[in-house]
Amino acid sequence: MVTSSSLVYLIGLPLFGAVFLLLIGRKADKWGHLLATAMSAGSFVLGLLHFFAMTNRSTEDRAITQTLFTWIEVGTFKVDAALLLDQLSICFVLLISGVGTLIHIYSISYMSHDENRRRFFAYLNLFIAAMLLLVLGNSYLNLYVGWEGVGLASYLLIGFWNKKPAYATASKKAFVMNRIGDMGLSFAIMIAFATMGTVSFEGVKESVDRVGTPALTAMGIMLLIAAAGKSAQFPLQAWLGDAMAGPTPVSALIHAATMVTAGVYLIVRSNFVFDAAPTAQLLVVIVGAITLIFGAIIGMAKDDIKKALAASTMSQIGYMIVGAGLGPAGYAFAIMHLLAHGFFKAGMFLGAGSVMHGMNDEVNMRKYGGLRKAMPITFITFGLGYLAIIGVPPFAGFYSKDEIIATAFNSGGAQGIILGSITLLGAVITAFYMTRVMVLTFTSKARWDAGVHPHESPALMWLPMAILAIGSVTAGYLFTQGEALVHWLSPLFAKKEEYEELLPHSVVSILAISAVIIGVSIALAKYQFRPVAAIAPTDVSFATRLARNDLGQDVVNEAIFMRPGQGLTQGLVVMDEKVIDGAVRGIGAMAVGSGATLRRTQSGYVRSYAALILVGALVLLAGIWVVTQ
Amino acid sequence: MTLTIIMMLPLLGAALIALIPSAQERLVKQVALATTLVVAAATLFKAMSFDVDNTELQFRQSYSWIPSFGINWGLGVDGIALVLILMSVILAPLVILGGWNESEGGRWGVKTFYILILVLETMVIGVFAATDLFLFYVFFEAMLIPIYFLLGGYGSGERAAAAVKFLLYSLFGGLLMLASIIGLFVISGQNGGVTFDITELSELHTLMSSTTQNILFLGFFIAFAIKAPLWPFHTWLPDAAKSGSAGTSILLLGILDKVGTYGMIRFCLSIFPDASKTFTPVIIVLSLISILYGAFLAIGAKDIKRLIAYTSISHFGFITLGIFAMTTQSQSGATLYMFNHGFSTAALFFVAGWMIIRRGSSTISDFGGLQRVTPIMAWSFFIAGLSGLALPGLSSFVSEFLVLVGTYTRYPVAAIIATFGIVLAALYILIPVQRALHGETTPGNENLKDLNLREKITIAPVIAIIVFLGFYPSPLLKIINPAAAHIVQQQGYSDPAPTMNGGK
Amino acid sequence: MDPYNYLYLAALLFTIGAVGVVVRRNAIVVFMCIELMLNAGNLTLVTFSRINGNLNGQVVAFFTMVVAACEVVVGLAIIVAIYRSRRSASIDDASLLKR
Repeated sequence: MVTSSSLVYLIGLPLFGAVFLLLIGRKADKWGHLLATAMSAGSFVLGLLHFFAMTNRSTEDRAITQTLFTWIEVGTFKVDAALLLDQLSICFVLLISGVGTLIHIYSISYMSHDENRRRFFAYLNLFIAAMLLLVLGNSYLNLYVGWEGVGLASYLLIGFWNKKPAYATASKKAFVMNRIGDMGLSFAIMIAFATMGTVSFEGVKESVDRVGTPALTAMGIMLLIAAAGKSAQFPLQAWLGDAMAGPTPVSALIHAATMVTAGVYLIVRSNFVFDAAPTAQLLVVIVGAITLIFGAIIGMAKDDIKKALAASTMSQIGYMIVGAGLGPAGYAFAIMHLLAHGFFKAGMFLGAGSVMHGMNDEVNMRKYGGLRKAMPITFITFGLGYLAIIGVPPFAGFYSKDEIIATAFNSGGAQGIILGSITLLGAVITAFYMTRVMVLTFTSKARWDAGVHPHESPALMWLPMAILAIGSVTAGYLFTQGEALVHWLSPLFAKKEEYEELLPHSVVSILAISAVIIGVSIALAKYQFRPVAAIAPTDVSFATRLARNDLGQDVVNEAIFMRPGQGLTQGLVVMDEKVIDGAVRGIGAMAVGSGATLRRTQSGYVRSYAALILVGALVLLAGIWVVTQ
Repeated sequence: MTLTIIMMLPLLGAALIALIPSAQERLVKQVALATTLVVAAATLFKAMSFDVDNTELQFRQSYSWIPSFGINWGLGVDGIALVLILMSVILAPLVILGGWNESEGGRWGVKTFYILILVLETMVIGVFAATDLFLFYVFFEAMLIPIYFLLGGYGSGERAAAAVKFLLYSLFGGLLMLASIIGLFVISGQNGGVTFDITELSELHTLMSSTTQNILFLGFFIAFAIKAPLWPFHTWLPDAAKSGSAGTSILLLGILDKVGTYGMIRFCLSIFPDASKTFTPVIIVLSLISILYGAFLAIGAKDIKRLIAYTSISHFGFITLGIFAMTTQSQSGATLYMFNHGFSTAALFFVAGWMIIRRGSSTISDFGGLQRVTPIMAWSFFIAGLSGLALPGLSSFVSEFLVLVGTYTRYPVAAIIATFGIVLAALYILIPVQRALHGETTPGNENLKDLNLREKITIAPVIAIIVFLGFYPSPLLKIINPAAAHIVQQQGYSDPAPTMNGGK
Repeated sequence: MDPYNYLYLAALLFTIGAVGVVVRRNAIVVFMCIELMLNAGNLTLVTFSRINGNLNGQVVAFFTMVVAACEVVVGLAIIVAIYRSRRSASIDDASLLKR
């Protein structure tokens, strides 16, 4: 049986793959992708072994820790390099390495024509390693290493085709906006150390009840900023759409299934902080609710299939954040939605990749249509994911989203009603924009460009899609069977408070299903039964234009941060040269100038020098005489 | 092997080089490299016997030099000095190897270049090891001579002007410090015998009025702030860095500038504890300005070497902040930061230097798409840059975070402002990375050669140190911690306890 | 005889020498004036030695003489060299160093 001492290999295998493939160079071009896939699969197998071992242990002994070495120790600040595997992290380990391995397999085929495939796989391995470190670290600082590690991997992968300046800019934008979030995480760690003297999850959990609410609220808000940066939540959401510049498997793995959900992980992991800081918790819900609608609105207007899916990811993570913000009642459902989303969204992104593969890398859905017949397997797997995301029973999304909506309604008072309505509205919009994607791509009339011959992708590509589709069908049922996931995770969280049910569960389910029907019908009416223009119409309402431009997020960021920042930079450059260096050079010029003036006295005539010496001597004597008198 | 002997080894090498006919340039370089390697090996060997649990100065040596003024040839190191000496002696052979051809085409030939570097190494070891204030001052000022000639004779562009600017700035600071030293000398003479020994001087502060202390403190502090450099005493640095050869810039920014921050710890804090307390708010504000100001100017920089210089100003802001925040975390972090900054700046300058030699230009926009043409060089630059932006897993993260977390426990607002620097750091590194490495390959860059074996051998250990210390900084922290804790304690501070009720 | 008279004489000699240095142009004359001032100094030293009754002043006077002799050797050599190269012994012509 596996023991805690093997935890390090979960991270070690893909890390080795990444470093080895990057160092060895072109020699490994022929087999590098196989090694990387094997490393990721190795992590998955090891994760499975740990999972089974964990299920065999009693509830109290499930969490295991491996301490590798003392990382930083200065005075009372002591951080071990230690890994913690508990009920929460094992979910993520399996998701990351499982979906990760599938995407490795997919990429073997998808990237087969790219001359830098080995480098791509090295980056993927690097990402898997960093992401596993993120979820396995036993302290906020260990998490931070993984946190920035995935940011780096994301930067490298978004900019994988950085020959295009726009792609290089997109990767930089993602990294910088993530760094703003990282700053939040830094603050949270500083607050934890200053108030509790520890930065480990366990230490903070134990100390929470001895800390005043203001400090915890501050820490919670900082954690929320961190989560918003990584999970593309309002107001740090602007990078996700541009991040679609990366190869599609990257979008599936990093920007749909795993990395962007790290924010949800962080909030759920820090449940003890948020439970004690209601203000921060409320902010979490607000941020989640805003993003949920924000993403959904953008999703309605996008014609780029990857950007539509990215907007959808943003919106779905909004659901998770809302769930996580609802406290002990919602944590498990947030994780459930996260896992289900990992399956169906990754599957759909891979489907989008498959479509692009068949359509000469075209991403504009208005140029698609009728692919149902040309790409049947892609259609079916994508379709299953579609049914899951809009929440049709009995697919995965139905269970998880349903639970979040119900919990939102039942969170009490006016907040419950508002929140419930927002999540329900989100469900309508989700059904609308996903049906739009589905119809535009697969079921409407073909609007292909000349010379495009869509074809089904090879087995290496559709097999992972099929497996993910199976996941999207069954996951919800498996998780909710006897409340399996809720029970599994419950030891980590505070006890749920008993509350009065505003609406019984069955009513919520009916509401949710009606929401789906409404959304789907509108979309069908608009796109299935009416011809779609192959070129996006330009005479659209202001609202549509706004949504196409991501609700002006870039305009706002540019106006508030970028331009003033650039202005400040330019101003400081001028000031440094003119004022500070100018003052220095001014002193220099003054010395030269005074020298030039004094030089006139140096006539070169010995006699005048002698006369001056004489006068000087007389003055000195007179001075002495005056003083001694 | 005593510190004095280690110190004299480079001089011996310099003497050997002087005997070699100047036509044999290869032999000159080999002897120089061999000498610095021997010095590095000897220092590492010596460091093995350093007792990490002892907060006193170790390896002490003291010989009477000018008895009538109480001046001794006094050497000794604590953890902080040892770490800085290690950094210097490890960087020295790398500088020689990395800039193998830098000395050619200089004003005075190859031999002089290496003699100057070796003489400088002696003085650097001396300045970090001196326990006698006068001896320190002699080395502090004498260091200017070799670096002045290295800058003025072997640089590029307006090298003479930059060298003069550097010299005048440094002399100005040095003279202020000399005035303060004379003041200390007089005061020590009035109170039981003249002395320059820093241990004895550090007991003198009880006898000084606060005004005297403040004035003398400022003399020292301004000298060190110019050296470090701290805003607003920084404008010599970008000029010097731009004009110097890559090797010279590494010696200047990586090693010599550390004398400033080291001096703050060793002299400002220990001799004038009360004045240090008085000026702490001012210094913290200056540090914060340095952090943000340096970062903004780095973002706006168009020249790659000026950019690195501005990032250094930002990093020195962090170091000064750590020193004056007065917690064990920030103090240890500051010293570790000095060490790490040496290597990450060295990595940046090495690669920048090679890029400039190949392209014949140091303007960032002249590069572009290097990742496809010269992948190894591009990767080296990228990793060095990541170290500059303090990515977790690389050494500078540990030190930067220690400074921030240590500062936060005492001065939360300052720590929060300083943390904004990490967002700016992402910008000032990724903007040049994008311009120089990504995008289309700009015309004129298609045939650039990738790193050769010598350059790979130079950069590999630097990157290895950066990565290794990122994951396992304990060997250094073990050396630094007792000394740093000792300084905090000596200043009459103790770490703020966790603010929660009934803290453990 | 009152030893102070010697001091007056020395002061007179020194003044003549100093004025000579300042007003005359011929290098040889200036040179002689400098010698005059040196000897005025010597006279003062010897006089004080006599007044105070110790030999220190006389010893220093010997030093001065030696220095003066050296100076004559070097100075005359320079003047001769200048005269040879410039055909003039005027010190105002030798003002090249200011450039």
